[in-house]
Amino acid sequence: MKFDTPAGQNPIDRLRVVGCPTDRIDGKYKTTGTAAYAYERHDVADHQAYGYVLGATIPKGRVRAVDTAAAKAAAGVIAVVTTLDVPKLGLGTMNYASLFGGDRIQHYHQAVAVVVAETFEQARAASFLVRIDYAPEAGRFDLAAEAPHAPPAKADSGEGSGADGAERVGDFEGAFAQAPVQLDATYTTSDESHAMMEPHATIAAWDGDRLTLWTSNQMIAWAKGSIAKILGIPKQNVRVDSPYIGGGFGGKLFVRADAVLAALAAKAAGRPVKVALTRPLVANNTTHRPATIQRVRIGATRDGTITAIAHESVSGNVPGGVPETAVDQTKLLYAGANRLTALRLAELDLPEGNAMRAPGEAPGMLALEVAMDEMASMLGIDPVEFRIRNDTQVDPNQPDRPFSHRDLVGCLRLGAERFGWAARNPAPGQARDGQWLVGMGVAAGFRNNLVMKSAARVRLDAAGTVTVETDMTDIGTGSYTIIAQTAAEMMGVPLDRVVVRLGDSDHPAAAGSGGQWGANSATAGVYAACTKLREAVAQRLGINSADADFAGGEVRAGNLSVPLAQAAQAGELVAEDAMEYGDLAKRQQQSTFAGHFVEVGVDVDTAEVRVRRMLAVCAAGRILNPKSARSQVIGGMTMGVGAALMEKLSVDKKRGFFVNHDLAGYEVPVHADIPHQEVIFLDEVDPTSSPMKAKGVGELGLCGVGAAVANAITHATGIRVRDFPLTLDKLLAQMPDAA
Amino acid sequence: MKSFTYERPGTPAEAAAAMAQRPDAKFIAGGTNLLDLMKLQVEAPSHLVDVNGLGLDAIEETPEGGLRIGALVRNTDLAADDRVRRDYGVLARALLAGATGQLRNQATTAGNLLQRTRCPYFYDTAQACNKRQPGSGCSALDGVSRQLAVIGGSDACIATNPSDMAVAMRVLDATVETVDAGGTGRTIPIAAFHRLPGDEPERDTVLKHDELITAVTLPKPLGGVQVYRKVRDRASYAFALVSVAVVIQPDGTGRVAFGGLAHKPWRVEAAEGELPRGPKATASAALAGAAPTPDNAFKLTLAERTLGAALKQARA
Repeated sequence: MKFDTPAGQNPIDRLRVVGCPTDRIDGKYKTTGTAAYAYERHDVADHQAYGYVLGATIPKGRVRAVDTAAAKAAAGVIAVVTTLDVPKLGLGTMNYASLFGGDRIQHYHQAVAVVVAETFEQARAASFLVRIDYAPEAGRFDLAAEAPHAPPAKADSGEGSGADGAERVGDFEGAFAQAPVQLDATYTTSDESHAMMEPHATIAAWDGDRLTLWTSNQMIAWAKGSIAKILGIPKQNVRVDSPYIGGGFGGKLFVRADAVLAALAAKAAGRPVKVALTRPLVANNTTHRPATIQRVRIGATRDGTITAIAHESVSGNVPGGVPETAVDQTKLLYAGANRLTALRLAELDLPEGNAMRAPGEAPGMLALEVAMDEMASMLGIDPVEFRIRNDTQVDPNQPDRPFSHRDLVGCLRLGAERFGWAARNPAPGQARDGQWLVGMGVAAGFRNNLVMKSAARVRLDAAGTVTVETDMTDIGTGSYTIIAQTAAEMMGVPLDRVVVRLGDSDHPAAAGSGGQWGANSATAGVYAACTKLREAVAQRLGINSADADFAGGEVRAGNLSVPLAQAAQAGELVAEDAMEYGDLAKRQQQSTFAGHFVEVGVDVDTAEVRVRRMLAVCAAGRILNPKSARSQVIGGMTMGVGAALMEKLSVDKKRGFFVNHDLAGYEVPVHADIPHQEVIFLDEVDPTSSPMKAKGVGELGLCGVGAAVANAITHATGIRVRDFPLTLDKLLAQMPDAA
Repeated sequence: MKSFTYERPGTPAEAAAAMAQRPDAKFIAGGTNLLDLMKLQVEAPSHLVDVNGLGLDAIEETPEGGLRIGALVRNTDLAADDRVRRDYGVLARALLAGATGQLRNQATTAGNLLQRTRCPYFYDTAQACNKRQPGSGCSALDGVSRQLAVIGGSDACIATNPSDMAVAMRVLDATVETVDAGGTGRTIPIAAFHRLPGDEPERDTVLKHDELITAVTLPKPLGGVQVYRKVRDRASYAFALVSVAVVIQPDGTGRVAFGGLAHKPWRVEAAEGELPRGPKATASAALAGAAPTPDNAFKLTLAERTLGAALKQARA
């Protein structure tokens, strides 16, 4: 099905199932431990052996020799495969650091060997007996040192935020120089780890030259293609299966070392092998969100009209890698006739930087939305009003290109009202609650909506059960449930008549989970397949499909009313289709918007920051399942608190690695850090996105919220820190005398 | 984890004797720290002597009016004991500021005193660490040292002791009771129990290899207002950047010990005379001679301000 004109009235608009707050249909499996994650799929292959991955202990150089004699002789060991045993392997799609093979070491904890044994403990013990002789080389590990000579970059994050090296509208420099009020500030953000609960894990089994991977991966079709490319085998010989995923956040968009080494180890061992990356390897062996240094300049008239805006960012990556596209939102978020955005990229010998939830916008909004707060303060204008004053209903780079639907103003106005913004004293450092200095902060939330081709197959059996099969993934987001809701709505059956099977590469290829495109795109694919199934049902029942109403488990047309199941009495009906997109998204800019409001307390003595209240008002088209959408948004808000206050991979700039490579050292918010979080969705639809009229929310909740935390800290204390995360050591020196 | 043998003796004397026979053995109680370290091969004992069968889990009143806490009393039980809550509030608060409910259920009093540093270089066996591998060097000295010691360190080691409980024990002047393989017992003041790293950072305490902690004794209650203030980067389940244990008497005199600053709980009795004059005077006396890194110099300011907060709380 082709989607190239805005959606009209369709069966989804009935909202009998879609749009209702619905418990996740996989919830009972997850809460009872019966949803089998990759490492626990004991039943899929017999005689599974255990692989343990060794990471390189130098950040750059060469492996001269590997001595595996002692490891091979250790108890229970079946095989040892070292990086010198295989030639340098190919790279997967959108990956830039070698996963295995050959003698070159590009980063700390790059995989150099896998030890296979009868038990996990035996494999781990034997791994300590592998002796590796390295020839280390000097490397570059300090972004600040490399930034001054980093060249311009042209990039696409792979999630739609494509930023050119530099993009100009009008005359930024001239307009900025003439602006009566000018802000020129530099912000830094830290390297961050996905730190998902389930580390990367795979069971691999070969049947002749056919490979099956039971794994944990967000993008099944990408994984299938990439593993074939990396191993040099035909794509049709690979099956990837990933029905449950314990968090990904972009860290599982790609095939990682667990999958590659499980496949190689299974070959060497002659039996299935399971491999999980240990927690320390998640930080340095896999990908991370790269640190950035961002300069934002804003020029405005005294009445608060932006006349010039520039956002430049430099980040680092492995040679051949891509920059963090931190300036993209600045192209679209605010008006202003004269504009400049630019990216530069330094080569670093740290692990590969790549997508992490809302790549680009997550760190970019930290800088832009703090800059907006600083500018509002310089202008003496309320920060909510300053943002509203500079709203735009068109793409500022192409004024003839409107937003499909944009209600940032509505988000900010409603948020201000609900949060009690009017009671806020504009002067910082005035509110006090016992030991706490109290402040309120606001930021806009912004993330583009992307549409991706997505296919599904739908079956109707004689019992009236509708089964959906697609390789779409559920990374904890609620995909199972919204897909079931879509099929139930389309076929006119209750939710419990729908079975959803996900994550198997033998199913039709869906959009996958990334870039907050999954919900709208994958359900639109199911819409397409169900439309076809409805036609097949109507034909089987001898009804004109245009006249048929699918409701209450029946097909109705005129006076006729037939149970849906009757259509499948003569045999199962199967329909398959994909939703494909025309150029609507090119003609109109599809984005999602939020108003983030945060109240913090800052301890007057110790400068500890505690978030007291949070509110997000979101405008993101139709909300398919308000319950799981809210979960997505509060999860994003929580991650934003992490980015604002604590998350940082600490770089040892001499030894070239992320030092705090476990969950004791890499701190993310715990329950005690997160107060009550309120989420409001504006009641809206966007007919340009798909027949679902929905947009993504999975990343919107994260974009901007950290800046609202930072702005609240400034309001509480009068102190402005531009270096994220805002740990208390950065505030202490400027805190008022406490004695 | 290296393969290891295991035994579970029935008496403290047998446990100490078992250790004496095996120089490569370690005691195991709650295992909340040791097992993690064994998985990473930071610790690689080839024999474990499990002390969980020794009893040693009672909290008894002493003739002197104090409390004798069995070595195996779990952190949860110790923090919940009515006598501890009434008379040694700083200890209950320090315990509850540490780890998580699950860990406190498992962790023991003696094991808490013996937990090892959280220096990231100690945890990464590819990095130089004199504490883990004597003579290999110290990567932390010019590495990432935000969490590490600002005082009492050496050229060989700037690790910190991560315990909250030990800071409270130090301010309360607890004593540690032990027995060795020869059946000889001794009583070690907590002040002398933990060591500074010097040129032997691999030794955290003065215990001999075959010496088993049987109890920790608290002297009779000090009275006063008792506060434990722990500062960290998140609200729970994190090691202290700085912590402060204070006992303040109605006349303004008192005691103070710091956590997160050194290789041992940091208490300078001579500085406590400054307490009536406030946090600045007290902290500068207690922390004289500090040698922070650029990464952790903020801890000196933080220690002073945290002490200020604790004193305000004590006097409120």
